[in-house]
Amino acid sequence: MDAGAAISLDDVDVGYGGAPVQSGIRAQIQRGEIFAIVGDSGSGKSTLLKTMIGLIPPCRGSIRFGGEPLAQHMERGAPPFGVLFQNGALWTSMTVEENVMLPMELQRDSTPAERLALARFKLALVGLAGHEHLSPASLSGGMRKRAALARALALDPGVLFLDEPSAGLDPLTSRRLDRLVTGLRDGLGITVVLVTHELESLYRIADRMLFLDGEVHRPVALGAPAELAQHADSAKVRDFLRTRTAANAARPEVA
Amino acid sequence: MEPVFRIDANELVLTVPAEGIRADWLARPLTELGLAAGAAAHVLRVDAPSAWRWSTVDAAFLAAVVRDFEGRSHALDVRGVPKELLSLLELSRAAPVASHGSGGQRRPGIRARVGALALAAVEDARLLAELLGQVVLLLPRYAAGRARIRRTDVWEMLADCGHRALPIVAVVNLLMGGILAFVGAVELEDFGAGIYVANLVGIASVRELTPILNAIVIAGRTGASFAATLATMQGNEEIDALTTLGVTAEEFLVLPRVVILSLLMPLFFVYGSVFALAGGLLVATPILGLSPVAYLAQTQDAIGGANFAIGALKALVFGAVVALIGCHQGLRASRSAAGVGTATTTAVVNSIIAVIALDALFAVCAHALRI
Repeated sequence: MDAGAAISLDDVDVGYGGAPVQSGIRAQIQRGEIFAIVGDSGSGKSTLLKTMIGLIPPCRGSIRFGGEPLAQHMERGAPPFGVLFQNGALWTSMTVEENVMLPMELQRDSTPAERLALARFKLALVGLAGHEHLSPASLSGGMRKRAALARALALDPGVLFLDEPSAGLDPLTSRRLDRLVTGLRDGLGITVVLVTHELESLYRIADRMLFLDGEVHRPVALGAPAELAQHADSAKVRDFLRTRTAANAARPEVA
Repeated sequence: MEPVFRIDANELVLTVPAEGIRADWLARPLTELGLAAGAAAHVLRVDAPSAWRWSTVDAAFLAAVVRDFEGRSHALDVRGVPKELLSLLELSRAAPVASHGSGGQRRPGIRARVGALALAAVEDARLLAELLGQVVLLLPRYAAGRARIRRTDVWEMLADCGHRALPIVAVVNLLMGGILAFVGAVELEDFGAGIYVANLVGIASVRELTPILNAIVIAGRTGASFAATLATMQGNEEIDALTTLGVTAEEFLVLPRVVILSLLMPLFFVYGSVFALAGGLLVATPILGLSPVAYLAQTQDAIGGANFAIGALKALVFGAVVALIGCHQGLRASRSAAGVGTATTTAVVNSIIAVIALDALFAVCAHALRI
């Protein structure tokens, strides 16, 4: 086990009710790395993410953040990560600003004015300055994701989990979100773990990826996407990753 | 120790104290922290300690200083900060500030708010009337069996609105009949008119209280359920999906609910009346020493066909109103979790108000017609 890793997955089985959908997951995710969890539909990508963030207990094995299990972090008061859920999961009874302020209110000893200033800064980081008083229902899909990203950053987490960040977004908005994620990684030095099946996004931002095979119920590849597209042992992984290469060959890359 | 701002040539120099920037500075005006209101500079030079461990609080503070200068048309070039912090500051300035935030808007005055509420109520009533009209126009189609509905949904609705509501209707009416009989017996016995408790319980429950109580119970149970179901469907875009198939929500969702509840409520009325009269009988006969046969004969004389017919008609109308209001609120709900809650609450409150208002209207009409 790498003690310096931001997240360590040590022989983890994940699933519901003790029945694993993926077994034997091992990975060391480094600080400042953008790490993608990839796989075919129903392979257990979201189940792994939910297990990592503590919503589902692992069937076996251990998950450590900075060398410590999640429970130990939680005992100290706050999770070591922020999460961007697939649909944003913003609290619809609150404004965008209140969504970002609430985690600080619940977890930090701070005054309302301090929380307001920090929430506004985080909304400015994700490009939502001036939208603070809007209700989540009045935001577009891309704006909802960015607002949810600002909320995920509310407690200055060391790790950011993104569940299908590009799902439901047009390519342009998806690209902007990717730029934002890499910008936040570069600026804040955070580790990013994302679940995705968007190959464009995967190639654009992921340093490494873990491929979960839904047929054999275990990970079959770990490495940089471009490298795996050429040299992965699994033909399924090569096929999966080359879909994008073939599609790109047919049309020009748009900046 | 406070931060030290000073102007040096064309530069604004910010000296960061050894302990870093404190979160409470974010909440204070910059002038209070030593930045003169009219200060002019084109460069912000940050003089930080060598072991500066910056956080987002530091970044937010620097962003506030930069924003303050940019608000006065001075673009600031930030120097002396780590490149990661610089890239974060750039990110916070990258997107233009949207101008439609409502934070700066003044809260409208009391008259404007009352006016807006009145207009909203009128609009709500208009939309409800429109929905009623649509349902009425669809009724012949429904009666002819040509309405586009799923029979399994209708059976499920019938079960949910029907037999599952029977226990609560029975309990509420039994207790109401018993309470009426008890109060009536205590008062009328003093005048030697104890037998008229049967008239009191019979007329009050059959003509007024059973239809109203049933409507309130069904509004809280079934009307709320209609509103929540339709509001959730609205939020999940299920109603949009129906619309794209050329099927309106009014036909597929509202019409069967209105028809089912309108037809069930008179049955609930008969059922509830039996329990209300039984409650009266169970309480009055032992207190007043009356025989059950005498009590029932008095009840039969008192109620008459007209009272029963009015009660049944009320039940039918109340059922339609509760279903219509529940569906109307569900369809108008905003597409959020909070919208479902609001729709449910509003449906119940509006249904109860409408039922009582309609009951008053029935009383006036019945009096005018001498029924």
